[in-house]
Amino acid sequence: MIDFAFFLEIIPVLLAGLPLTLLLTTASMVIGFFLALLLALAQQGNRRIVIWPIRAFVAVFRGTPLLVQIFLIYYGLGQFRPSLQAIGIWWLFREPYWCAIVALSLNEAAYGSEILRGAIKAVPRGLTEAATASGMSKLLTLRLIVLPLALRNAIPNYTNEIILMVKGTSLASIITLMEITGIAQGLISQTYRAVEVFVAAGAIYLALNFAIISALNALETRLTPYRVRA
Amino acid sequence: MTNIMHILGFQQGGWGAALLAASSVTLALSVLGFILGAALGATAAAGRLSPRRVPAWLAHVYGTVFRGVPDLLTIYLLYYGGSIALTQIGTLFGSDGFVGLPTFATGVLAIGIISGAYQGEVYRGAYQAVDRGQFEACKALGLSRYQSLRLVIVPQLMRHALPGLGNVWQLVLKDSALISVIGLVELMRQAQIGAGSTREPFIFYVAAAALYFVIAVVTASVFRFSEARAWRGMVHA
Amino acid sequence: MKFSRLAAAAAAVGMFGFMHSALAEDAPKSITIATEGAYAPWNFTNADGKLDGLEIELANNLCERMKVKCTIIAQDWDGLIPSLKVGKFDVIMAGMFITPKRLETIDFTQPYAVDPGGFAVAKDSELGKLGVSAEKFNLDDEAASKAAIEKLKPLLKGKVVGVQAATMMLDFVKKYFGDTVEIREYKTTEQHDLDLAAGRVDALFAQRTALAATLSKPEFADYTLAGPGFVGGLFGRGTGAGLRKEDTKLKEMLNAAIDGAIADGTIKRISEKWVKTDVTPMK
Repeated sequence: MIDFAFFLEIIPVLLAGLPLTLLLTTASMVIGFFLALLLALAQQGNRRIVIWPIRAFVAVFRGTPLLVQIFLIYYGLGQFRPSLQAIGIWWLFREPYWCAIVALSLNEAAYGSEILRGAIKAVPRGLTEAATASGMSKLLTLRLIVLPLALRNAIPNYTNEIILMVKGTSLASIITLMEITGIAQGLISQTYRAVEVFVAAGAIYLALNFAIISALNALETRLTPYRVRA
Repeated sequence: MTNIMHILGFQQGGWGAALLAASSVTLALSVLGFILGAALGATAAAGRLSPRRVPAWLAHVYGTVFRGVPDLLTIYLLYYGGSIALTQIGTLFGSDGFVGLPTFATGVLAIGIISGAYQGEVYRGAYQAVDRGQFEACKALGLSRYQSLRLVIVPQLMRHALPGLGNVWQLVLKDSALISVIGLVELMRQAQIGAGSTREPFIFYVAAAALYFVIAVVTASVFRFSEARAWRGMVHA
Repeated sequence: MKFSRLAAAAAAVGMFGFMHSALAEDAPKSITIATEGAYAPWNFTNADGKLDGLEIELANNLCERMKVKCTIIAQDWDGLIPSLKVGKFDVIMAGMFITPKRLETIDFTQPYAVDPGGFAVAKDSELGKLGVSAEKFNLDDEAASKAAIEKLKPLLKGKVVGVQAATMMLDFVKKYFGDTVEIREYKTTEQHDLDLAAGRVDALFAQRTALAATLSKPEFADYTLAGPGFVGGLFGRGTGAGLRKEDTKLKEMLNAAIDGAIADGTIKRISEKWVKTDVTPMK
């Protein structure tokens, strides 16, 4: 019933897409994280002129499908090649690879900034007040007290976000990047063996997620040893 | 500007009506998928909470697989796999023709299965958030298991579940755009058709994004309203 | 009663293939034809959501000849063959080439059009300067077509070529230019057209008539067809209507209708209207 030979045949084919999936995930995670941190910190003040555009950006990227965002950035901006060339950023939008990373990073920045904003808000006030009382500057308080605590608390939510990012990279296949899902679809339309291909590709994704979750759990344990032992 | 008005307008040759019609397909697809997901999610949550191993394990696998695998992959599985499986089942029962699964049904099924995996987690968490004392009170009042679920536990559970369900709904709405890859003419697909036909992708994808955004904002307020109702008379801890 | 039903079901499973061919022998009164709806001018969707194009007009004409009621629907390219197999529709008319690989899975009528594949590039590129050639090379004639391909290779070295995924165009570029160019795969030709205009790809390889239609639009004024056309070989015998292997009666009916449409010049007339050139297959 189960055709192992077929699995052995398709798994290496699918794994050829793994480096691209990993590259897209890592690049958008890193760029997205720094953007998210920037956006979360910028919202700590109470200047409307700063906060409003950020809120709008977050709402738009969280409220519209990633697929629409990718198409808008790839095909939509492709229409404005002369203008983009004139300001010297066409190289970025010329490559489907960079377009995917731009879309995924902006998406990640929107979701991540909300997670980080929540985590910063959750840092007990007493701690920041104590820091102020002991004469620490705002920046020093942020660096030594607020960020370490907030980032540590953000890990569980951020883990979910990274899994969503791994899943999101599958959409890159729609703008010609042949990552795991793109290859899987090609295999299905050639062999019509949807279940086997799904099982094989799904297993690769689940293994990848498992590795990410384990790594971040280990990181969380290292950063909060007291909590785990309790 | 006049060009944009012309392309997105409602006159002969304008795409406005087509985009609005496609938005209603998106909405119908999402609502039906969400409802199917609620049924699957409730079943999965019951499985996870069951003291018996097999249902607990099955529900766990279901949740892990469909929350961990890209939604696009799940959609391809159901699209290509669904019709082949249905045809085989059909012949078993002596059906003389092929059984095809229409794209709309495939879309609802895909969204149902994916959102069910997420909704299962929401219901499980909400169940566990209900105060243990409530269960004991039910017993003390002599309510049957069904009565205590229907009259006491589920109403309180929904209170805790609503914020999570609101998030899953937003996910469902955005996932519905992926159904365009199997050819169902919903909002995303209609925008693609328009973009290809007029070679104005920017206008069409901005219009699609705006329509998704409007649907998301309007429906989110429905969830906020129900949440406020569910918690009326209660003081948030 | 119960037993006989079960036995019938078992028989149906056992004689699956037989049952189907037996049923399919009857002449159908109504059929559903699927097209892609994104392959202008062969088949496309206009603003009202209606399908139009050469194959739509031809399909309606063939149905009139067969005295069969036809419904024409749109279906994504890569879902066409799987959906035909599972019975979502009965006939494919979507610019699909009759190739040995596809014939393993489904059957085809005789070709109703023969249209070579070719490149489109920017006018000021090396290949563009060569200009379009009226020559057609048959890939079955290996020596001649190989010489033509070797002549193109240096002009395309390192260029990015856009092709539609899961098509013979892709197989052609992979087989003959795989070591020379970078290949990008697109779900629809409309998408690779947009990317040629955006300068993301240096060249497209597609059916020449479809490319010519794209290039006639004002935003493609700087682009041109270039080099010779290719037919035969992995492109097979031309463009035909795909159908399930067991629908032998339907195949007979369609072949007769195509014969009629070729003989009375209908295909010539329709193709000159839509693709500006005669694509009638040589008998």
